[in-house]
Amino acid sequence: MIRSNLIEVASLSFSRGDREIFRGVDLQVPAGKVTAIMGPSGTGKTTLLKLIGGQLVPDAGRVSIAGQDVHQLSRRALFALRRRMGMLFQSGALFSDLSVFENVAFPLRVHTDLPESMIRDQVLIKLEAVGLRGARELMPSELSGGMTRRVALARAIALDPELIMYDEPFVGQDPISKGVLVKLIKDLNRAFAMTSVIVSHDIQETLSIADYVYLIADGRVMAHGTPDQLDTEADPKVSQFIHGEPDGPVPFHYPAAPFADELLGAGRPE
Amino acid sequence: MIDWLAGLGRSTLDVVGGLGRSAILLVRSLFGMPSIEGFRLWLRQMHFVGVLSLPIILVSALFIGMVIALQGYMILVDFGADAALGQMVALSLLRELAPVVAALLFAGRAGSALTAEIGLMKATEQLTSMEMIGVDPLRRVIAPRLWAGLVSMPLLAVIFAVVGIYGGYLVGVEWLGVYPGSYWGNMQANVDFVHDVLNGVVKSVVFGLVVTWIAVFQGYDLVPTSEGISRATTRTVVYGSLAVLGLDFVLTALMFGDS
Amino acid sequence: MKQRTRLMECGVGLFVLAGFLGLIYLGLQVSGITPGQRGETFTLHANFGDIGGLRANSRVTMAGVTVGRVTAISLDDQWFDGHVTMEISDELRDKLSTDSTAAILTSGLLGEQYVGLTTGADPETLKDGDTIRDTQQALVLENLIQQFISNMGSSGS
Repeated sequence: MIRSNLIEVASLSFSRGDREIFRGVDLQVPAGKVTAIMGPSGTGKTTLLKLIGGQLVPDAGRVSIAGQDVHQLSRRALFALRRRMGMLFQSGALFSDLSVFENVAFPLRVHTDLPESMIRDQVLIKLEAVGLRGARELMPSELSGGMTRRVALARAIALDPELIMYDEPFVGQDPISKGVLVKLIKDLNRAFAMTSVIVSHDIQETLSIADYVYLIADGRVMAHGTPDQLDTEADPKVSQFIHGEPDGPVPFHYPAAPFADELLGAGRPE
Repeated sequence: MIDWLAGLGRSTLDVVGGLGRSAILLVRSLFGMPSIEGFRLWLRQMHFVGVLSLPIILVSALFIGMVIALQGYMILVDFGADAALGQMVALSLLRELAPVVAALLFAGRAGSALTAEIGLMKATEQLTSMEMIGVDPLRRVIAPRLWAGLVSMPLLAVIFAVVGIYGGYLVGVEWLGVYPGSYWGNMQANVDFVHDVLNGVVKSVVFGLVVTWIAVFQGYDLVPTSEGISRATTRTVVYGSLAVLGLDFVLTALMFGDS
Repeated sequence: MKQRTRLMECGVGLFVLAGFLGLIYLGLQVSGITPGQRGETFTLHANFGDIGGLRANSRVTMAGVTVGRVTAISLDDQWFDGHVTMEISDELRDKLSTDSTAAILTSGLLGEQYVGLTTGADPETLKDGDTIRDTQQALVLENLIQQFISNMGSSGS
């Protein structure tokens, strides 16, 4: 049997304190494709990645990666599974006490017994792929935001993972860096046949590289389809998000009493 | 009434939960397989936690030794017992001041730095990304720091005592004119290596473990915002100091209570 | 980078070394342990009517020079005396006469108490484990004052 879905999430529920974040989310990530998970900010997209990576445990439902139920695994097996995944964090999360070279070499040193010369070659290959071979002696504090994210990307692919997850890769980047990252994600996906999951709310960039898109809002999957399908979707909520209209079914205003009432009516201090 | 009960229950659960989490952290990070890599990380932390705490320890020890000698001399000379100055300086330093003051300074200097450093690593997702790479941050980040604190604390306390006794010598003998033979002789006759010196070292090992434990746990368990980090740093110093003083009483009662 | 690591390692090495040297210093200079002292001493006993504030580890002196230390103190339940065991430096083995005296003395008015030895004229010498017969008990301040007051009373009448 050929397994076409690398990740399967079934009826996943999760709440933090009294706040329900997910109520029965189902989604599939096909192997070798770029899948985007989108939604307005504050809908717990990062939480979803943590659930997939096994750092959080859901209240109900299951997540399986390559046929293994992530939350049933022993700690050791979970760590072994994570070796096959890479994750790019929103802040880059480079180890601040190690140089760029050592950051990228870190997964190799921990998980392999390669001799120093091979580690060096591997690191240089990955740094070349993100265009920062010349910056290998710098410390993370000396890098710009875009460079930090590219080094983090080089580190995430150091072990040639099957799956790579991007947490808001475009947030806070200038247009050039965004363009570079889009190109890198696309190239990596094609060149290394990696499965990619992108969590983002940058519509244009994400739609330009995604093969399939899930739209999440209010704790459930609101819509899913290829970018073209979503672009022509009639549902007003979906079209508001995809086309970035300021007001619509998702209101511009935080819930409040009617404005006129507050200005003129009761509750006004004398 | 019900609200009050629920509040009591919730805060009790919070405290018990925190104690449980910190106990898990301690056990999981202290008992790991030693490795060459681990030794290197430990060495690095010994530098940050131990060597960099030396200046404050040396200066404080010198002044504390000098002050005890000055105060002690003024009291003892009234009884014509100024020959007992050495014994007084040495015993108060070895039994109490060296372990306790060194631990308090350590909580302020190294403990708060540990909490802030680990908290910042958490806030910038370094700990999470380490977990995603498949490395246990308890082993990689917490364990070397715990061991470094545990080992440097007794060393710092011993150095504190030596420097303090020298400070007492400077004031008592060089300045106030106590006969050096009686300063050292009285000290040697009345200080017992096991009872006084080693008990002080045992105290400082306990303090080192507790202060470092509190510091790394506060860092590991904090809310990763700038406010969370500053609060956790304060908590490290407050809880650490209180724990040192409270434990000091318990340990003193156990060690010296029956003699 | 490499050089900084080296420097750091040296710093830590010095720190650990300083700690251990400090411990040795505390042992030798502060608590007065003399290495290799054990096996080079012999034991003497003495009974005192009152040992006052003497305790284990108190000094044993001769002409003001420390020659040993008190190792144990117990109650002699035959004579109801304080039984003191002392460890004396080997230099004095077979040199103390059998009629040597031991006195419990006080350094200063309120200072610590110690044992003072004075040798006698007898040609025979004390052996390891012998007992000093001629002893002088500790001066207890209360007794002294009481004596003084009763003397005043008797001389006044």
